[in-house]
Amino acid sequence: MAIVHIPPLMRDLTGGRDKVSVPGKTVAQVIEALDAVYPGTKARVCDSDHLAPGVAVSVDGVVARLGLHAPVKPDSILRFLPVIEGG
Amino acid sequence: MTAQKKKPFTVVGERLPRYDGADKMTGKAIFGPDVTLPGMLHGFVLRSPHAHARLLSIDTSRAEALPGVYAVVTGADLPPAESTDHRYARDNTFASDKVLYAGHAVAAVAARTPTLAEQAARIIDVEYELLPAVTDVLDTTRDDAPILHDDMRTRSLAGRGNKSSNVASHFQHMKGDPARGFAEADVIVEREFHTATVHQGYIESHATVATWSDDGVLTIHTTTQGSFAVRDHVVWLLNLPMSKVRVVPTEVGGAFGGKNTSYVDVAAALLARKARRPVKITMPRPDVFLATGPSSGAVFRVKLGATRDGRITAAQAELFYAAGAYPGSPVGSGANVLFGPYAIPNGQIDGYDVVTNGPRVSSYRAPGGTPANFAAETLLDELAEKLGLDPIEFRLRNHAREGDERLDGGTHGHIGGIEVLEAAQACEHYTAPLEGGPHSGLHRGLHRGRGVAHAAWGNWGGRSSCALSVNGDGTVSLVTSSVDLSGTRTTIAMQAAEALGLPPERIKPSVGDTDNTGYADVSAGSRTTYATGIAAIQAAKDVIAQMRARAAALWDVPVETVGYADGVFSTADALRFTLAELAEQVTSSGGSVSSIANVDVGEWGAGFSTHIADVEVDPETGKVTLLRYTVVQDVGQAVHPAMVEGQMQGGATQGIGWALYEGYAYNDAGQMLNANFLDYKIPTSLDVPMIETVIVEVPYPKHPFGVRGVGEPPILPPPAAIANAIYRAVGVRPDHLPMTPAHLLEKMGVIESRIMNHDS
Repeated sequence: MAIVHIPPLMRDLTGGRDKVSVPGKTVAQVIEALDAVYPGTKARVCDSDHLAPGVAVSVDGVVARLGLHAPVKPDSILRFLPVIEGG
Repeated sequence: MTAQKKKPFTVVGERLPRYDGADKMTGKAIFGPDVTLPGMLHGFVLRSPHAHARLLSIDTSRAEALPGVYAVVTGADLPPAESTDHRYARDNTFASDKVLYAGHAVAAVAARTPTLAEQAARIIDVEYELLPAVTDVLDTTRDDAPILHDDMRTRSLAGRGNKSSNVASHFQHMKGDPARGFAEADVIVEREFHTATVHQGYIESHATVATWSDDGVLTIHTTTQGSFAVRDHVVWLLNLPMSKVRVVPTEVGGAFGGKNTSYVDVAAALLARKARRPVKITMPRPDVFLATGPSSGAVFRVKLGATRDGRITAAQAELFYAAGAYPGSPVGSGANVLFGPYAIPNGQIDGYDVVTNGPRVSSYRAPGGTPANFAAETLLDELAEKLGLDPIEFRLRNHAREGDERLDGGTHGHIGGIEVLEAAQACEHYTAPLEGGPHSGLHRGLHRGRGVAHAAWGNWGGRSSCALSVNGDGTVSLVTSSVDLSGTRTTIAMQAAEALGLPPERIKPSVGDTDNTGYADVSAGSRTTYATGIAAIQAAKDVIAQMRARAAALWDVPVETVGYADGVFSTADALRFTLAELAEQVTSSGGSVSSIANVDVGEWGAGFSTHIADVEVDPETGKVTLLRYTVVQDVGQAVHPAMVEGQMQGGATQGIGWALYEGYAYNDAGQMLNANFLDYKIPTSLDVPMIETVIVEVPYPKHPFGVRGVGEPPILPPPAAIANAIYRAVGVRPDHLPMTPAHLLEKMGVIESRIMNHDS
């Protein structure tokens, strides 16, 4: 199962847990699975069917260009990050 | 100079003439303001003089009645907004219910001449109800501050706030146990830093020409970092089919992130549609300052702890970034830069994106990073001093290595930061005594000092497209959709030449438009030579494969038996075609050979840069003179060393502007007082010594030639390097940018003592 690092500001929903293992073959599926275990998590990171404004997700250290559609491997590590721009 | 050379290339690594050099030197290159079309009108945008006001009414009748005026448009001409972000973008094009900064567009006029357009705009009657304005980022967060957007609630991963706020968003990075880390520290330093809003200062203003065909196709010629970004913005705001908008990029006279965003393209398109003639808008310089996207003013509260043996145990920081009128400051990348180079076991960073009554900020070369680096590297220097360590040695002891986790949760890849610091430590500038000052960074000089600072910048990859087609004379045309800001058509063509085994003069590079090239992200984030170079290499490999097949068909041999090297196709049986000889037969042997490669590069190599500054401070006036300046940087593989050095020098010069000169000055009403290049000083050749460069090459393994992004890292360290040098010269640590004479005199107690003397 994929490991999701829970940001400090979301740990009120996970009982203080900083890492959660959930199944899923895409970022969207992982977030759905996370929300099933810890209700309310999806609403923190998603805005309807997109990642929320200003929120990015990394899979195995690489920011997922495909967002919610990005593939996830069984042993992937996911993190939620602020969006970064270049000049 | 080059510290390391890893791999020999034929074309890559050479100092070649730029393909665009002759046209730019002789004035033939077409920049945004140069574009002229038959029957073209001129547009002028009327802007609010008030920083915060309700827009009660706009009466355009007097302007419309003026002879020679063809069209007047306001926000009422824009389609309605469909989302919050859409409303922000729409309102930043033309204000609807409120103006949120002095310079906010309220209407635009198209007329026969630029003067007439301005005269007509000035007689548009606009009725405002003034509101209190706030431009300081901390003032904006106070409970009694005027609220810019009544419906704005602070957004964060903790949920949405329950009351109106100017804090648009908050994020937090956490690693380890910061409280425990500080408890383990023997020395703790803590400071607050304030940095001013600055502008990219590109010399070419924003300019655009919009024209509509009779069948409803909008064509825009504009100066931009991304033709597709402009197309998508115009499509979004005018609710047009994508197929009905074509954007043609011109040459670009400076951008640095400020031309990632579209400002007057929509206004020109609206005017042109109404007037049924082409309309050109060139922003006057004051408008560029007032109404495009500068970088954020910011406040930092930073704390660092270390043990006696020089190991950093904990870091903590709060970052407040002004976004201007609408959310979207670069506080996220500022947080990444803050302690980016170091392996710190415990840390917490809180970032706040705050709206203020200023123009909505945009990217500026390593967005958000330069002021963050100033804060962090000043504290690093202070810790090193308190621990009695050489500042570079202290940084080396704490430097991250591949696989180390960053405070923002990411992981360092294959990086060359240690090699950069070691090259700086060994370079002649660092080892040479400072004439008239201390011989090392450990001793305070009276008036002269040497400082260092180090920085990491993540760089970027992204989407790029490159097309190659073989011409009958053996040359190869290369068309890329990546706008060329700094000579990238040369560095992309050099990579194509290297991959094709051809001399660079056989490549004919050009930049296409949105109708004749594949999609590309903006030319930003130090990505173009890197990512578009990968596309060029991929296309080149495909061209070679196709040409091998053509040779095999002509020779009637299996394709596997055809080799290719140095521009020659051959077989073991001594069959031989140069690429040029084969190219002559291409059209008659199956049609053209061409290839287009489209990439979305998801991984890229970070760039590291160390700067060394020698300064002299006049203790009577507070004036800082730069005596000597050196930039050391890992560039992976320098494709064109002269242009790499130019990037290092240019970035450092802009960082010197952040350090000593540049800053928006506002009055109490929120109006900018220095919206011109006389009162807003950028560094000139009289202010900056010849900047020495040391290129370090630690190849990035995921680029075929080892390339890393180059453009952004060198703007990061100058303020901290200069501040640390100032400290060694006069014994005070600046905590404001720019470090003006007044700030330094205040820090030194000179201004206060002078006031006291005057009073007495």
